[in-house]
Amino acid sequence: MDNKATASADHGVAAVSLRGITKTFGTVVANDHVDLDIRKGEVLALLGENGSGKTTLMNMLSGIYYPDEGQIFINGEEVSIQSPKDAFRYGIGMIHQHFKLVDVFTATENIILGLEEKGRLDRAAASKRIREICNTYGFQVDPDKTIYEMSVSQKQTVEIVKALYRGADILILDEPTAVLTPQETDRLFAVLRNMRADGKAIIIITHKLHEVQALSDRVAVLRKGAYIGEMMTKDTNPQEMTNMMVGHAVTLNIDRPEPKDPKPRIEIKGLTVTSPDGILQLDHVYFDIRAGEILGVAGISGSGQKELLESIAGLQRVESGQILYVKDDGKKEDLVGKDPLEIQHMGVALSFVPEDRLGMGLVANMDLSDNMMLRSFRDGRSVFTDRKHPHDLAEKVVEELEVNTPNVSTPVRRLSGGNVQKVLVGREIASAPKVLLTAYAVRGLDINSSYTIYDLLNKQKEKGVAVVYVGEDLDVLLELADRIVVLCGGRVSGIVDGRTADKNEVGMLMTRLGGIDREKQEEVQDLAE
Amino acid sequence: MQNKPKEPLIHMTRRKALPWQAAWGIRLVSILLALLLCAVITTLTTGLNPAAVYATMFSGAFGTARRTWILGKDIAILLCISLALTPAFRMRFWNLGGEGQILIGALATTACMIRLGSDFPNAVLIPVSIVCALGAGAVWALIPALCKARWNTNETLFTLMMNYVATQLVAYFVIVWEVPKGSGKIGIINQSTEAGWLPVIAGNRYLLNILCVAALTIVMYIYLNYSKQGYEISVVGESVATARYIGIKVGWTIVRTLMLSGAICGLTGFLLVAGTDHTLTTTIAGGQGFTAVMVAWLAKFNPLGMVLSSFLLVFLSRGAGEIATIYSLNQSYGDILTGIILFFIIGSEFFISYQLHFRRSGKNENAAAGSAQKDSVKAVSPQSADILPAKADGRKENPDTVPAEQGEEGAHNV
Amino acid sequence: MFDIVAFIPRMVAQSIPLMFGSTGETITQKSGNLNLGIPGVMYVGAISGVIGAFLYERACGSADAMNGALTILIPLCACLLGSLLMGLLYCVLTVTLRANQNVTGLAMTTFGVGFGNFFGGSLIKLTGADVPSIALSATSNAFRTSLPFGQSLGAFGKIFFSYGFLAYFAIIVSLAAAYVLRRTRVGLHLRAVGESPATADAAGINITKYKYFATCLGCMIAGLGGLYYVMDYANGVWSNDAFGDRGWLAIALVIFTIWRPDIGVLSSFLFGGLYILYLYIPTGMNLAVKELYKMLPYIVTIIVLIITSMRNKRENQPPASLGQSYFREER
Repeated sequence: MDNKATASADHGVAAVSLRGITKTFGTVVANDHVDLDIRKGEVLALLGENGSGKTTLMNMLSGIYYPDEGQIFINGEEVSIQSPKDAFRYGIGMIHQHFKLVDVFTATENIILGLEEKGRLDRAAASKRIREICNTYGFQVDPDKTIYEMSVSQKQTVEIVKALYRGADILILDEPTAVLTPQETDRLFAVLRNMRADGKAIIIITHKLHEVQALSDRVAVLRKGAYIGEMMTKDTNPQEMTNMMVGHAVTLNIDRPEPKDPKPRIEIKGLTVTSPDGILQLDHVYFDIRAGEILGVAGISGSGQKELLESIAGLQRVESGQILYVKDDGKKEDLVGKDPLEIQHMGVALSFVPEDRLGMGLVANMDLSDNMMLRSFRDGRSVFTDRKHPHDLAEKVVEELEVNTPNVSTPVRRLSGGNVQKVLVGREIASAPKVLLTAYAVRGLDINSSYTIYDLLNKQKEKGVAVVYVGEDLDVLLELADRIVVLCGGRVSGIVDGRTADKNEVGMLMTRLGGIDREKQEEVQDLAE
Repeated sequence: MQNKPKEPLIHMTRRKALPWQAAWGIRLVSILLALLLCAVITTLTTGLNPAAVYATMFSGAFGTARRTWILGKDIAILLCISLALTPAFRMRFWNLGGEGQILIGALATTACMIRLGSDFPNAVLIPVSIVCALGAGAVWALIPALCKARWNTNETLFTLMMNYVATQLVAYFVIVWEVPKGSGKIGIINQSTEAGWLPVIAGNRYLLNILCVAALTIVMYIYLNYSKQGYEISVVGESVATARYIGIKVGWTIVRTLMLSGAICGLTGFLLVAGTDHTLTTTIAGGQGFTAVMVAWLAKFNPLGMVLSSFLLVFLSRGAGEIATIYSLNQSYGDILTGIILFFIIGSEFFISYQLHFRRSGKNENAAAGSAQKDSVKAVSPQSADILPAKADGRKENPDTVPAEQGEEGAHNV
Repeated sequence: MFDIVAFIPRMVAQSIPLMFGSTGETITQKSGNLNLGIPGVMYVGAISGVIGAFLYERACGSADAMNGALTILIPLCACLLGSLLMGLLYCVLTVTLRANQNVTGLAMTTFGVGFGNFFGGSLIKLTGADVPSIALSATSNAFRTSLPFGQSLGAFGKIFFSYGFLAYFAIIVSLAAAYVLRRTRVGLHLRAVGESPATADAAGINITKYKYFATCLGCMIAGLGGLYYVMDYANGVWSNDAFGDRGWLAIALVIFTIWRPDIGVLSSFLFGGLYILYLYIPTGMNLAVKELYKMLPYIVTIIVLIITSMRNKRENQPPASLGQSYFREER
């Protein structure tokens, strides 16, 4: 193995070499004998589907996990990285997806946190050094600002500066653009290029192919924990990268039955939502949701998708605007101001899969059957809960959706992600809704599980349910949805037909900043109809 | 394997689940070890042999019919308070205000007995007292609950402070109602008329209390596990976000549950004044509002389990009291023994929830740990070596290594 | 009339145990440990000091034979050792064994108060005195020695220089704690541990070490409060349960001072004043009303607690991870 490490040093200086890295969590092999080299002065894109082991691999470099087997070489020397501190010592800095910052501290305090420098704590000197780093690479951050007053992109900047302040030569970024606007992404890429020019080795974990092409010099692909291969970015194309990522050429081929007699079910008029700290989340949004079709909602994460669904489900305080629910007899009723329970009784079901999967909708420590009860426990006049029906429903969901669980009295927290999502979506569908709102329903799922979910949604659509599907993957949206509403910065930047629109068009709308003028939104609405 | 410079000697992982037999086995072992340590300490302080210590403790608890009844009465009161706190705890609302809620309930009962004692027959007076005690306890818990629901005010500290406000309120009324004037005591209320006293049934004045609490235990068990409100409490306790999402009114659930919690504490106050003590002092709750927190926690907030855990604690304190009396030690001796046993049980929970893996303790050991770890989610943490001092190998799972030593130090070296 | 010159020294004397207790608890809480065992720790601190002093006084026989430095050092070290062991106990259970902090703290209070009263009672029996208390007058005199020029300064001297050294030490410790927490690297790291252990861990800070260190140090400081109470405030007289609920009041004070020991100095004076105010408010023959005045510190704390939660200013909130154990592999 040592020979191999020296061999790789021949073409360029390998800042980091991983050899035979293996890591298992229980029975799951997260990384299986992975070999990887990272060179100075280059940007390596680490590509792979969700769950392919990218983050785990990088966590072993940053000292969060410790490999079961394998060797790590820094500048040709074998090292043992047992803690984040060791990682700093070897010049490795990692920017996690969930920022590791103390909210009530200033940027400076966060940046110098954990450093054991001699002498007294000199905040002024530290701020000065931080400003210098910022000037060198073109960061914009106020060292004296408190973290909780910062935007997501500013927090990320603090994280990067923190790594540089510690003298990181090897920088790992875990899906850095997931939370950024396109402008912010551009700015980030610009500073990353500056850093590359400065001779730093940069690893960026992503699954966005256009970013790989825009930024990286080299691409390495992981699949199911194993190292698949690497190539120079300039010599490859999205098709090849996708093939390596998923293992075979993807032709998604999701069924898309023609909507039968779609008629408006919910009309959203001028919906405006402001977050508690005064940031405009949704800005005069107009569109309608129709029975018997799947409405896709596209947008960069944080464009107002969550607020939109929560407003409909009655979980958000709405600033202004109307959400008109059209009953079967054609009468309209405004959902704004109603409480979640009332809305639920009108037939609106929400299955929102948050990032941690369990934060909403399911109770981790309760078993399947008790989780089924969350929706139905109020039924009946008795003061006692009916345990028979939820139990039967749980068995039914387990059977029909092929949920992998020992039995229905297993706490949900012991299920794997995909199974948790099946339980959640299965339960929402079981309440026979008129409107089914789903967000990120296939987040982190393998292809098979994803298709099970698509089928479920299509079945609901055929039953005449108005389905709203908020998704991350444009390819899926384009193959599944009948219409797609594109959100950008809290505004509707376009509504397109899922059958005719192409990916570029939607991608453009997603990044069209400021969306369209407010007055024009209604026109867009008309045009789309 | 490899030649890493340093490798963590021990690392810990969270267990997925331990069969209940194993979990109770660990708890039992920890209690036995704690009892052993207590015996050693007692032997050192009294010169008795350990067997005699336990015989004395046993006779202190069960020695005579009267002692057994007192044991029963004490268990009933402690259990009643624990039952009161449980709904709040299940909701992860740390109600440390049991003490104050009991005092207020006792105060309300006393007020009824003193003010209305001469005007109404017991058939009216007792129900009125009960209602007043329940109401007073509920209001006392309602105040922190409202602030928690509205502003997310820290309930642990709030309820703690409410205890002292209640204590001073009682102190005030004790002086207002003192008999005789200037004594600073209320004395036995309505001694001649027994107005407002709970009736003596089957010739035993503790039996009614015990029966009331027994019934309450079953009702509470059913309420928490089978009622819709009980289910709401569990959901709110597990995840506020999920509770909101499915339309549970979280604020209202907090307020309602705390009123229930406070009302039952108030009931305890009623049972103390009208059932057994027939007087009011500022120490009528005697710190049991805090002991009950531990009783409830030891039983994992399961009302049926609390019968056992309250028995354990009351048995200890009665038994230790007996030792103290016979060997003319101080009554606080019981608190020390209780403390030691609690430390052991608290410590033993770790070995139920977590598993230790030893790296260098031989191949076989490793394999065993590895296979047992099959279902653990995440594994090696490089720095967890500092978690436990490196102990001799082979002690893979000794639940009491650490607390035992600690307890001993606490008792001897000071 | 209200005699301010007589009131202030009593107020200060009353406030010192609270100041020690709240400063110790603040340091502990800054590491994310809510130690409800502080009342127990203060009892243990006090009785350890008493035991030390008692044994030394007995060994010497008379006050003349006692060495001045040892008279102070023996009780002091005994007190610190006793409190340290309590702190270690709490840490082993909550930090190493991840036990529930509330339950552990309450068990420690049960244990500590019992421990204090048990050994107090045993010592009382040993002395064979008629009154249920031990008087350690020689030790107490050493602890109460105030600055020599204090007496000659009249009212000024009485207000500022009439206290034993532990009183000044309490103020120094509180101010030092405030400085360390706010201005130094150790303080920054400690606050990070309490706010977000995962972040601190990722930054290479040894969570276990900081939690142990802060909690043990906090307990030792709090224990001094117990020692001051017996040796200075109570003139070296130990009687069971005399310390009362000051431990809980110290915890209340932590909230009241929004986790800042420097504010704690002034607030302790305020609480000390409130604690004895009933003695100075003319209520005539109505003794009952005095009991109501004793509520004041608690009611004031509740109001502060509600107001800080209403204003919801981030800096004034409890440390974010307060009361939770940290397990790295559980994210």
